[in-house]
Amino acid sequence: MSNVSKATELSTEETNEINQEVAHYSNKSAAAIEALKIVQKHRRWVSDDNLKGIAKLLDMSADELDGVATFYNLIYRQPVGKQVIHYCDSISCWMLGSDQICQQLSDSLAIKVGETTVDGQYTLLPIVCLGDCDHAPVMMVGDTLHRNLTVTIIQKMFKHHG
Amino acid sequence: MDKPLTQNIVSGRDYTNFQEYTETGGYQGLRTVLNDYSPEQVQQQVKDSGLRGRGGAGFPTGMKWSFVPMGEQAPKQKYFVVNADEMEPGSFKDRLLMEKDPHQLIEGMVISAYAIGASIAYIFLRGEYVEIAKRLQIALKESYQNNLLGHNILDSEYHLEIFLHTSAGRYICGEETALLNSLEGKRAIPRSKPPFPQISGLWGLPTIVNNVETVCNVPHILRNGADWYQSLGLGENNGTKLYGVSGRVKNPGAWELPLGTTAREIIEDKAGGMLDDYQLRGFLPGGASTDFLLPEHLDIAMDYDAVALAGSRLGTGTFIILDNKTNVVAMVLNLERFFAQESCGWCTPCRDGLPWIVTLLEGLLAGQGSAEDLQRLSKLTRLLGPGNTFCALAPGAMEPLQSALKYFSADFEQYLANEQTVVFS
Repeated sequence: MSNVSKATELSTEETNEINQEVAHYSNKSAAAIEALKIVQKHRRWVSDDNLKGIAKLLDMSADELDGVATFYNLIYRQPVGKQVIHYCDSISCWMLGSDQICQQLSDSLAIKVGETTVDGQYTLLPIVCLGDCDHAPVMMVGDTLHRNLTVTIIQKMFKHHG
Repeated sequence: MDKPLTQNIVSGRDYTNFQEYTETGGYQGLRTVLNDYSPEQVQQQVKDSGLRGRGGAGFPTGMKWSFVPMGEQAPKQKYFVVNADEMEPGSFKDRLLMEKDPHQLIEGMVISAYAIGASIAYIFLRGEYVEIAKRLQIALKESYQNNLLGHNILDSEYHLEIFLHTSAGRYICGEETALLNSLEGKRAIPRSKPPFPQISGLWGLPTIVNNVETVCNVPHILRNGADWYQSLGLGENNGTKLYGVSGRVKNPGAWELPLGTTAREIIEDKAGGMLDDYQLRGFLPGGASTDFLLPEHLDIAMDYDAVALAGSRLGTGTFIILDNKTNVVAMVLNLERFFAQESCGWCTPCRDGLPWIVTLLEGLLAGQGSAEDLQRLSKLTRLLGPGNTFCALAPGAMEPLQSALKYFSADFEQYLANEQTVVFS
């Protein structure tokens, strides 16, 4: 793989945070999902090298951990932008216009779903129901939820992109 | 009327903090329990209250707890887990409870864990609920600081640790045995039952998994008694329920109402009825995995038994409204795409059947469907139905499809008109 950090070792901070989670469970590998999320918090995504580092720390094989990592859609095994935009495409948002929201996001950011903007700022991905259906349509930008979206709101939000 | 679950949801207040929670009687239920009740007495009280699981299945909570081995012979280590993986499309009730009143959930957890003799509890929270995770962490810290968690709680010699686990996506994590696998750091694949988690759950030890709303009821039952709780429901029902409505209504939202409130009151009164220029054609009463009901069902009591009699399920109690301008076939396609994507892939009928259904529906919408395709869809609702898979994902996915085929057959058949020109020209 290209452009990955050479270090398979995790940072001291990451190791400490993971060990804190390990203490919550009766075996090390139970902290696998938390560990992946911790590394992702620091590095935005989980590279093959990072995966090996986590697996070593949790006494798992890298393949076993990859089986876990690839099962969960909020673990990124490919690079993503500084913020991931998750627009909800489930039923209530779909009925109230998520297709148009998605189209506008795609137009404003000049990327297709699954891609990252040229400046590395945003990655656009769909997400299942965000549990906020009385404010549909909704999306998350990074950790922030945005409710009652309209095409105009999206246009304004990302007018400097694309 | 009493609205115990939402009494601390006050407009203009972000959420209820520790002090505000105790001001309205918070943690009194726990104090009573630890002073005066044995675990068995707590179980009995919850049994007597008639509380049924609010996650969708409606199983009696007290009975669920009673399967956990108790006494000297029981395993020393037992677990209590809250299912806060709210991912049923169209459902947004647990979000409200956790976002606004995190201590209510924690108090419910301590009482419930005490009732089954668990010393470790987990909150399994969906990963996208980032703000809720922050609030729960603050609330947990406050509870530890006030000796309501940790070692020797309120000098009762009862110990409990609560850990917050934030998940990383996947609807299947809401299935209780898949949730346990996920909590063990594995792929979230359902387990074969029996053994049930009450006997062999987390790491093979007795475990109870309860939904957020279910657990939030517990402090109130213990504080005010089973009789009081029973009086909150309508007819034979006990307690209140969070009902919700989304779709093209005037006032979408969630409300705490007596269990057994009619769909008409929820849709027309609480949700304000349909938006101008839209008419009600039907609704999914309990999230994506429930059968459609029709306007003729509006006067049915929204409780477990009456909704089942009408051919659907109460599920999460959050309605998804089908209006007259939404394409039913496209709506069902959206639902089935969700289920196909979220299948964990373990059982063949689900893994292979759901994508097949998506393909058939896409073909139909593209004008390439045939009468045989409609028969295939109908047959698949049986092949993917109850009894053929480890868990309820595929049978749940069949509920909106089978009821749409039944109630809205003309909507499907209209796409057959082009068949001759498309297929045979």
